[in-house]
Amino acid sequence: MKIKTESKPEKRSKMAKQSPSKRRSNFEEVALGYNRYEAVAEANRCLNCKKPPCIEGCPVGVDIPRFIRQIAEEDFDSAVLTLKSTNSLPAICGRVCPQETQCEAVCVLGKGGKGDPIAIGGLERFVADYEMEEGVTIPDLPSPTGRRVAVVGAGPAGLTAAAELAKIGHSVTVFESLHAAGGVLVYGIPEFRLPKSIVAAEVDFIRRLGVDMRMNSVIGKIGTVDELLRDYDAVFLGTGAGLPSFLGIDGENLNGVYSANEFLTRVNLMKAYLFPEFDTPVKKGRRTIVVGGGNVAMDSARCALRLGAGEVTIVYRRGEDELPARAEEVLNAKEEGIIFRLLTNPIRILGDGNNWVTGMECVNMELCEPDESGRCRPVPVPDTEHIIPADVVVIAIGTSPNPLVSMTTPDLEIAGYGTIVADETGATSKPGVFAGGDIVTGSATVISAMGAGKVAAKAIDEYVRGLSGYENLLNIT
Amino acid sequence: MPFTILKKQELVPTLHRMDIAAPRVAEKAMPGQFVILRIDECGERIPLTIADFDAADGTVTLIFQEIGKTTCQLASLGAGDSIADLAGPLGCASTIEKFGTVVCVGGGVGIAPIFPIARGLMEAGNKVISIIGARSADILFWEERMKEASSELYVTTDDGTKGHHGFVTDIVQNVIESGEQVDRVIAIGPPVMMRAVAGVTKPFGIKTVVSLNPIMVDGTGMCGACRVLVGGVTKFACVDGPEFDAHEVDFTLLMSRLAMYLPEEREALDYKAAEDPAV
Ligand SMILES: Cc1cc2nc3c(=O)[nH]c(=O)nc-3n(C[C@H](O)[C@H](O)[C@H](O)COP(=O)(O)OP(=O)(O)OC[C@H]3O[C@@H](n4cnc5c(N)ncnc54)[C@H](O)[C@@H]3O)c2cc1C
Ligand SMILES: Cc1cc2nc3c(=O)[nH]c(=O)nc-3n(C[C@H](O)[C@H](O)[C@H](O)COP(=O)(O)OP(=O)(O)OC[C@H]3O[C@@H](n4cnc5c(N)ncnc54)[C@H](O)[C@@H]3O)c2cc1C
Ligand code: SF4
Ligand code: FES
Repeated sequence: MKIKTESKPEKRSKMAKQSPSKRRSNFEEVALGYNRYEAVAEANRCLNCKKPPCIEGCPVGVDIPRFIRQIAEEDFDSAVLTLKSTNSLPAICGRVCPQETQCEAVCVLGKGGKGDPIAIGGLERFVADYEMEEGVTIPDLPSPTGRRVAVVGAGPAGLTAAAELAKIGHSVTVFESLHAAGGVLVYGIPEFRLPKSIVAAEVDFIRRLGVDMRMNSVIGKIGTVDELLRDYDAVFLGTGAGLPSFLGIDGENLNGVYSANEFLTRVNLMKAYLFPEFDTPVKKGRRTIVVGGGNVAMDSARCALRLGAGEVTIVYRRGEDELPARAEEVLNAKEEGIIFRLLTNPIRILGDGNNWVTGMECVNMELCEPDESGRCRPVPVPDTEHIIPADVVVIAIGTSPNPLVSMTTPDLEIAGYGTIVADETGATSKPGVFAGGDIVTGSATVISAMGAGKVAAKAIDEYVRGLSGYENLLNIT
Repeated sequence: MPFTILKKQELVPTLHRMDIAAPRVAEKAMPGQFVILRIDECGERIPLTIADFDAADGTVTLIFQEIGKTTCQLASLGAGDSIADLAGPLGCASTIEKFGTVVCVGGGVGIAPIFPIARGLMEAGNKVISIIGARSADILFWEERMKEASSELYVTTDDGTKGHHGFVTDIVQNVIESGEQVDRVIAIGPPVMMRAVAGVTKPFGIKTVVSLNPIMVDGTGMCGACRVLVGGVTKFACVDGPEFDAHEVDFTLLMSRLAMYLPEEREALDYKAAEDPAV
């Protein structure tokens, strides 16, 4: 038993990072994680509040004070169990969740600007990495229920739903259109933020729960949702929001202009940064412009830099405070030397006679008074048009749901922008069909997609148990 | 779960037929659709048209030309080998209806994808006039198959070693001018050929369809690599196509986008040659 000291350090344990000068030319992980001593020291700062606000700040309600206390007591195995009882992908969440706007934002220690909130994400990552080093244990599985569930899409939503359903004893098949499971975790988020070996380990864990993973299976093409319903008792749709948006300005089809999805897929999923050892090429610009201010833009810019671009510029039409990306990633990008042209909006992309991009014409913007929604609309400043030279341009202004599934499922209710309508349990307008993650909310976060997968798994469990014949099945097995 | 190659045959020099076991794909495949395959962990995803399919046997037939790193590597595989990934059927199926008289044009490796379309149109009760062309007689393939799938078949070679000495467009022009009431033309082949066919049919106002082959990555509408301009509107060929109205397609854009990675493609071939001089 540790004796708690009266005064707690106000500063959090710093997590080691690769230096900016080194990391800007490699794809290895930037943040290196806490060692045991750092983790225990950080955990010891926790006040163990009676009414911990952090749990409420967490979209899936992880018992944060409990796992932190277990770290402080150096009982890491128990900390693993605590975390995993609510979050099946902690190694991923510890790395990519926006803790600064969730659990850490409401931590008592950070209130009033006196000290730093507990590094909850860093500690979560520490516990998950500890488990991976020690060897993951597969929980005992209950006897099969005889119920079959199809999960469409192997992103965080689909993987979580699959894992939860398998743990209850249902037979689960995942259909994924790409050749690898993970969704955005494998094709979008780069290696230096989330090593693919970690995603692979988490996917392997779910496979070992007995989930049948079928890659290269595009639902809507290889079979429709109605066809799945013939073979399965229920279907979960976790197909994400993967359709790239373009700006709709001149020059977007020039050679060297990419959607962020294409650029990131080439670099991350297809490993173009290892070309020609890996076969897929990507244009390595000398000067790259990335349009947008979210995580996707930061990831694209930092990939471009690592591919060898001498100059990478982010063009974003609002200001610093409006950047939707995680603060930590903006800081990382700045440290690495990415240029931020804020309050700047593209007007057109310029090309040469051979259809190759040469630059982008932009205009300066200013933020007007906030409207009723509280958001300041950017408006162009007259006579501030200017040209930024570039040989690669990446458009990272957002994505919308892919219509492949909705197009082939006529009785599925679809909302504006193509999202699938689902209630708070994930149930859609079509009996036996549930949905969750970005396909329902539009682009959101890993943890919210996981949360939706989990909630839907519970509703699916109730639904399939309610189907007639269940009692009989139980008696037989 | 890898996909096993059941049969491999070199039809003419550097052009191969491969039958691959893929029962689920074979069951759903329709003329005009394609697959995306990846040979191994280091491989690129490349699209190939489903040239034939047999739902009963669970096989799909691909015909491909050795042109770069991936297709050369694929050509080095044989029956019993397998490839890591094959996704499909992708893209929209060709519109197969009773149109009346349809002219099917296949140029070079484009003969392969035109075959199931011609066959489908015949089965739907059309008069099918097929025109297949190649640079030279020794690289012309599937003449017999095409004959069976057509009411009439014309052959052209650029060098005159077989059939009409000239281009497929000459025959398209002749057929139309012969007074034949042509209700629809479908052309698949190199972009220059498709553009030329579009040029011939446009003055006659004959509905003409081409199958576009831009560079693709996922093949499901997720990346936009395959964007083409049709009637001034950007389309994703992998989900909106691959077939489009020939008179609306911006072929110049298509061709310049196809050339986007020429230096990298050369580098990949050189790298492969250095790695494995045997292949
Ligand atoms: C570059 C980038 C960086 C991001 N960074 C962060 C971050 O730091 N923190 C954070 O919390 N969030 C981040 N996000 C957002 C987060 O990744 C997503 O909100 C989350 O992945 C959504 O999960 P999902 O399971 O709903 O969908 P996805 O992850 O999109 O997965 C959907 C899966 O379904 C598959 N699929 C689609 N259609 C079909 C079909 N018809 N048949 C079969 N399979 C299909 C897709 O191939 C894909 O694998 C980022 C997103 C991007 C693009
Ligand atoms: C819908 C569709 C159907 C196709 N069907 C056939 C077919 O049935 N038979 C056949 O021989 N070829 C077909 N192709 C073309 C085939 O995909 C390319 O020849 C192949 O990708 C070349 O790869 P490589 O590595 O051997 O050559 P590379 O040296 O990489 O490229 C050679 C040329 O092929 C094109 N190309 C390269 N990569 C791709 C890619 N990922 N996607 C599309 N084109 C690319 C480029 O124009 C390039 O200049 C089809 C293409 C499309 C889009
Ligand atoms: S709010 Fe902060 S200090 Fe309080 S229990 Fe949660 S992590 Fe610990
Ligand atoms: S190939 Fe990616 S959208 Fe068509």
